[in-house]
Amino acid sequence: MVSFWDGYLWPGIVIVAQCVALIVPLLIAVAYLTLFERKVMAAMMLRRGPNVVGAFGLLQPFADGLKFLVKETVIPAGANKVVFLIAPMLTFVLAMIAWAVIPVSAGVVLSDINVGVLYLFAISSLGVYGIIMAGWASNSRYAFLGALRSSAQMVSYEVSMGFIIITVLLCVGSLNMSKIVEAQRDLWFAIPLFPMFVIFFISTLAETNRHPFDLPEAESELVAGYQIEYSAFAFALFMLGEYANMILMSAFTAILFLGGWLPPLDIAPFNWIPGFVWFAIKIVILLFVFIWVRATLPRYRYDQLMRIGWKFFLPLSLLWVVLTASAIVAFGWYPSKA
Amino acid sequence: MAFLDRAARTMFLSEILAGMSLTFRYMFRKKPTLNYPFEKGPLSPRFRGEHALRRYANGEERCIACKLCEAICPAQAITIEAEPRADGSRRTTRYDIDMVKCIYCGFCQEACPVDAIVEGPNFEYATESRAELLYNKEKLLQNGDRWEREIAANLTADAPYR
Repeated sequence: MVSFWDGYLWPGIVIVAQCVALIVPLLIAVAYLTLFERKVMAAMMLRRGPNVVGAFGLLQPFADGLKFLVKETVIPAGANKVVFLIAPMLTFVLAMIAWAVIPVSAGVVLSDINVGVLYLFAISSLGVYGIIMAGWASNSRYAFLGALRSSAQMVSYEVSMGFIIITVLLCVGSLNMSKIVEAQRDLWFAIPLFPMFVIFFISTLAETNRHPFDLPEAESELVAGYQIEYSAFAFALFMLGEYANMILMSAFTAILFLGGWLPPLDIAPFNWIPGFVWFAIKIVILLFVFIWVRATLPRYRYDQLMRIGWKFFLPLSLLWVVLTASAIVAFGWYPSKA
Repeated sequence: MAFLDRAARTMFLSEILAGMSLTFRYMFRKKPTLNYPFEKGPLSPRFRGEHALRRYANGEERCIACKLCEAICPAQAITIEAEPRADGSRRTTRYDIDMVKCIYCGFCQEACPVDAIVEGPNFEYATESRAELLYNKEKLLQNGDRWEREIAANLTADAPYR
């Protein structure tokens, strides 16, 4: 009995507690990201944004959540019910489990696995399934077209994202997320790899189906794309998944290029602030840029989107992999084994 | 060279960055939005809102049932029936305005010789059913009592221009 307690039950409780400690703040962050987005976009459009529910509209996300909960979940008669209901859950769950390998601060990570980058990349690629299942199971033309576009778009941009990640990995010599951050103690990779940083950020916009690459849900032509048949909490799960993915991708960018939890300068006033605060600040700045881009740019045409992905980003990131590898070999800048 | 210029501008995202700096500057501008239910914009004294039937200071209703408003109403929204009262004065027994038909042109107010029917400054009288918008005499007189101060002030302000 004692061994059962020590061997299984207690570690199990600890793991669940750790997951809750990560997911609850994440869900609150997702809720407030929607408010942040509405407020920032409103400010850029000279509007006020939500300001009636609670002080400065701070309770608006909860009002929205409550509205989603009390509405009726409509399942179309022609839909494949099982797949239709699994799709939003899959999207949401995938957006959550990816956080298992994100180091929030030095050593603060759910599972510090040595293939963290691969895991994250695999999970974010699986996100396509939620969308394509939703599009197929809805049995609606708009939803299906949206899902096709979305999957094509995500697959295309993952290729160049993969090469950019390889560039970073060449400089680090490890797939472990914490080691990637530690390797940037002297210099953030955003500085030597600046073009890759920009391309990676633009690719994350496409990967998360955000403006200006939000073709899957292009309102003017596809109404709401793959989400069109969803209502109530199933729809809310899609939205939670989408915004959690935004935060995830910002966190990934911060880890790969902006030194994760490291302060900008390792001197007195900066390194007093704990690591997770720096990490959060970097994520918020990246999310602000996500929203800023949305408020500024019109939607790309589909062929333009594909052209940028395949004829511009892919060759450029490929070239940069070769350049980085050559520079490392030529000047002997091999990453240290530590 | 034009090709190189264009290519460079595309490569370095200069136009996208210019647009983004514009939206960033706009973020700190003063917002023109009126916080509507809490703040309201100014109204002209001539504003043509909800109708009201006015009374004299002694409480007698102004309307003499001349039916000029009914005659001029282009939407034919006004229905009036009248009878002489016991004291021999002519008054309406029925004065209905169909607020759904009304086009808020203000002709009834122009036609009225005794300033009885007026369009007041109230524009917040949305209802939950259509039937509530079929106003009768009682409702119109109530409006008159409720808005008399504002209506009188507006009429005085507009008087020099009529």
